[in-house]
Amino acid sequence: MSQIETFYEVMRRQGITRRSFMKYCSLTASALGLGPSFVPEIAHAMETKPRTPVIWVNGLECTCCSESFIRGAHPLAKDVVLSMISLDYSHVLMAAAGHAAEAALAEAMETHKGNYILAVEGNPPLNEDGMFCIVGGRPFVEKLKEAAAGAKAVIAWGACASYGCVQAAKPNPTQATPIHKVITDKPIIKIPGCPPIAEVMTGVITYMLTFDRLPELDRQGRPAMFYGQRIHDKCYRRPHFDAGQFVEAWDDDNARKGYCLYKMGCKGPTTYNACSTIGWNEGISFPIQSGHGCIGCSEDGFWDQGGFYDRLTNIKQFGVEANADQVGLAAAGVVGGAVAVHAAISALKRAQKKTQDKVEG
Amino acid sequence: MTVNTPNGFTLDTGGTRVVVDPVTRIEGHMRCEVNVNDQNVITNAVSTGTMWRGLEVILKGRDPRDAWAFTERICGVCTGTHALTSVRAVEDALGITIPDNANSIRNIMQLNLQIHDHVVHFYHLHALDWVNPINALRADPKATSELQQTVGPNHPLSSPGYFRDVQNRLKAFVESGQLGIFKNGYWDNPAYLLPPEADLMATTHYLEALDLQKEIVKIHAIFGGKNPHPNWLVGGVPCPINVHSTGAVGAINMERLNLVSSIIDKCIAFNRNVYLPDVVAIGGFYKNWLYGGGLSGQAVMAYGDIPENANDFSPAQLHLPRGAIINGNLNDVQDVDVRDPEQIQEFVDHSWYQYAEAGKGLHPWDGETTPKYELGPNAKGSRTNIEQIDEAAKYSWIKAPRWKGHAMEVGPLARYVVGYASGHEDIKNQVDGLLRTMNLPVSALFSTLGRTAARALESEYCGRLQKHFFDKLIANIRNGDESTANVAKWDPSTWPKEAKGVGMTEAPRGALGHWVKIKDGRIENYQCVVPTTWNGSPRDTAGNIGAFEAALMNTKVERPEEPVEILRTLHSFDPCLACSTHVMSPDGHELATVKVR
Repeated sequence: MSQIETFYEVMRRQGITRRSFMKYCSLTASALGLGPSFVPEIAHAMETKPRTPVIWVNGLECTCCSESFIRGAHPLAKDVVLSMISLDYSHVLMAAAGHAAEAALAEAMETHKGNYILAVEGNPPLNEDGMFCIVGGRPFVEKLKEAAAGAKAVIAWGACASYGCVQAAKPNPTQATPIHKVITDKPIIKIPGCPPIAEVMTGVITYMLTFDRLPELDRQGRPAMFYGQRIHDKCYRRPHFDAGQFVEAWDDDNARKGYCLYKMGCKGPTTYNACSTIGWNEGISFPIQSGHGCIGCSEDGFWDQGGFYDRLTNIKQFGVEANADQVGLAAAGVVGGAVAVHAAISALKRAQKKTQDKVEG
Repeated sequence: MTVNTPNGFTLDTGGTRVVVDPVTRIEGHMRCEVNVNDQNVITNAVSTGTMWRGLEVILKGRDPRDAWAFTERICGVCTGTHALTSVRAVEDALGITIPDNANSIRNIMQLNLQIHDHVVHFYHLHALDWVNPINALRADPKATSELQQTVGPNHPLSSPGYFRDVQNRLKAFVESGQLGIFKNGYWDNPAYLLPPEADLMATTHYLEALDLQKEIVKIHAIFGGKNPHPNWLVGGVPCPINVHSTGAVGAINMERLNLVSSIIDKCIAFNRNVYLPDVVAIGGFYKNWLYGGGLSGQAVMAYGDIPENANDFSPAQLHLPRGAIINGNLNDVQDVDVRDPEQIQEFVDHSWYQYAEAGKGLHPWDGETTPKYELGPNAKGSRTNIEQIDEAAKYSWIKAPRWKGHAMEVGPLARYVVGYASGHEDIKNQVDGLLRTMNLPVSALFSTLGRTAARALESEYCGRLQKHFFDKLIANIRNGDESTANVAKWDPSTWPKEAKGVGMTEAPRGALGHWVKIKDGRIENYQCVVPTTWNGSPRDTAGNIGAFEAALMNTKVERPEEPVEILRTLHSFDPCLACSTHVMSPDGHELATVKVR
């Protein structure tokens, strides 16, 4: 007699035909490496599965992750919340407060034990017995551990939950602690960034709903599909880097021409994220496109890696430029030496290639 | 036991104690306790900030040019406003001026934030205190369509079919049994007064506003690269302008400007056709519920913002007004001097901090903040399981800032009261027009509803101002000025050995100030006094209660166990707890460390 709407019903209601639904199931099967015989099984699961419960808790944070989440364009935040998941606890959006909110949380944890996704925004402070972050009169860290106990998987939203972020910057007065140090017996998917890109957040959730498994994670626990490459690798200004064309001062002629921001402190070469490909706010822009270097907000401890306008001096592993590393080592100690040389070599190579092309052409 | 506070409230701690923790639909963590008498009227209110992050000590010793990025992370909801305040503080300290275009772009971004924040606040954080989405299922879509066409005739989404679709979607959602964010709402509480059609219209706009808000902030993405947390720059803005020449695709060019312009138009249309009409329509059903005035009729303050001309913060040319009103004297709008050590002071007698000299108030430039977490003797529960606060002792992670000793309300209503009292033409026209439409006297302004209405009026005003500064930007570019940054003092070697400065803005939630001291090119001390520190402050040394507490006083609650009315008034301030509770000792007080398992 369950009145819970299934994934299939949701898709039908959104105007997806039975035919498209079956096609979707067979695509899912092949994406998962399963044979055609599994298609009916997947279809059956989709037809009977209720919306996945999500419990979203907040520790020490600034709510930029929730704000980013609702910026999602595809899917829209309203579709995620109304049709894809069941957001059973979210202190930012939920109607209830106080006891009624706590009761909703307790009920969700009990009813869906072992089946809900715990999404964590922010992190627990451990100093002062955890009372630098109090929820319902108790330390947030306790609430976090209780909620994690019955979760099937945990998502660490943003730099706070993943790495500690700004409140954990030196000297970390509250001892704000990334969640993997207090939740040690559950799979944790880290979605770093301050905040993460909206479509990356919803992309990870829909991946889990669609394929019913965790995304492939790298050694740090980040989804490889969104965090596998550096901003620099896919930056549209990369050709200017390779050509040795740099912004030398804010608002100079080179800035107005959209040259590379490396000399202005851009951390794109050491930052793994999808900003230069997916872009921000429906792909409208990303920091480099709007004239400011990347500050590396999806990297562990980015607040304590020197100033945001200090030039990177330790760049390694630029794809093809094995010799750039060697030259870079020799130039170590010279500010920016490694990359300047790397850039020069890239430019030289391009020139050589051009000459070769000419000769061969 | 009854106590009379110096700011005119009579507190009675008898009756029943009601605890709301967590207060939801806010930024950050907050607890509220009230006493209600046998008539269910609030006779005592206690507001507790329940989080603390310590950002200012983290800033100590850093490059002042980086401070905007740290302080921006104080809050991801009013994202950008701390960053703007920070670059202004550093520029003030170092004597850096910014180009005209940078002033226009910063204003457009700040106004854009106001609109975004106000829209999201009203529809997604506040509306469910007035609007009952479950009741919307009983609405007649045709009558809803007629209602829409009456209150907002220029809004294109108004057909009966449109409302029927939304209602069906809502129905399927509710019937699924998975109520999600609507779970355990107080949907049968008699405090909800709207007819089903108004509930359906407002719930539909909840969803529309959710779609729209992601469009609004694209202006931040264009100028600042992303939102939340766009990028800023000491000395100007990081985005260069190039509308004529090669490489313009790497700068603010004609396409980007057209995009900005189209978003500004969307903001203006939504404010006029949806947001303001909704506030009038919903407010019309609640106009006898005029609780929640608190300090708004007696003590309000605004620093002012949106300078018409770059580098000039004199009150006469600020579009959002500056001034303070005390003792309810609207005929005397006083100037606010944020540098005067006697005007703004913070007290910690009831906050979880201690000063070297107890009972003293400190100006932010000389601020000190040593945490001291302890519960009073009459608190119930334990140190790590608080059942009841003892407000006679320390009870909040928020300090108590005071202006010339007065507890002040800040925010949209405070700005509008200051503007109204000082004869600000736009504000006066808006307020008089709204009161006339709703057939309400000026005194109705001093209420929870007034706070909510002021925010909507301000959103509309900010929409027009955005357009003004866009036109100004275009005119300046047409005159041949493409400059966006002043780099003359970018290099720290050009700075004085020691300097101090202050930056002010009007954040969506109210007056925001950052005070910075710089020594040898590094931050020596950094202090922020933020809107929710003013509004959410606990009692001070003299016993004055803060704005949240004052606004809750004497409110009738229908069902004390279902705190709709408490949420309504607290939400009308749009509390931001991460903002209010981030302060930390300038000397980096060492705290005990705990071993992580």
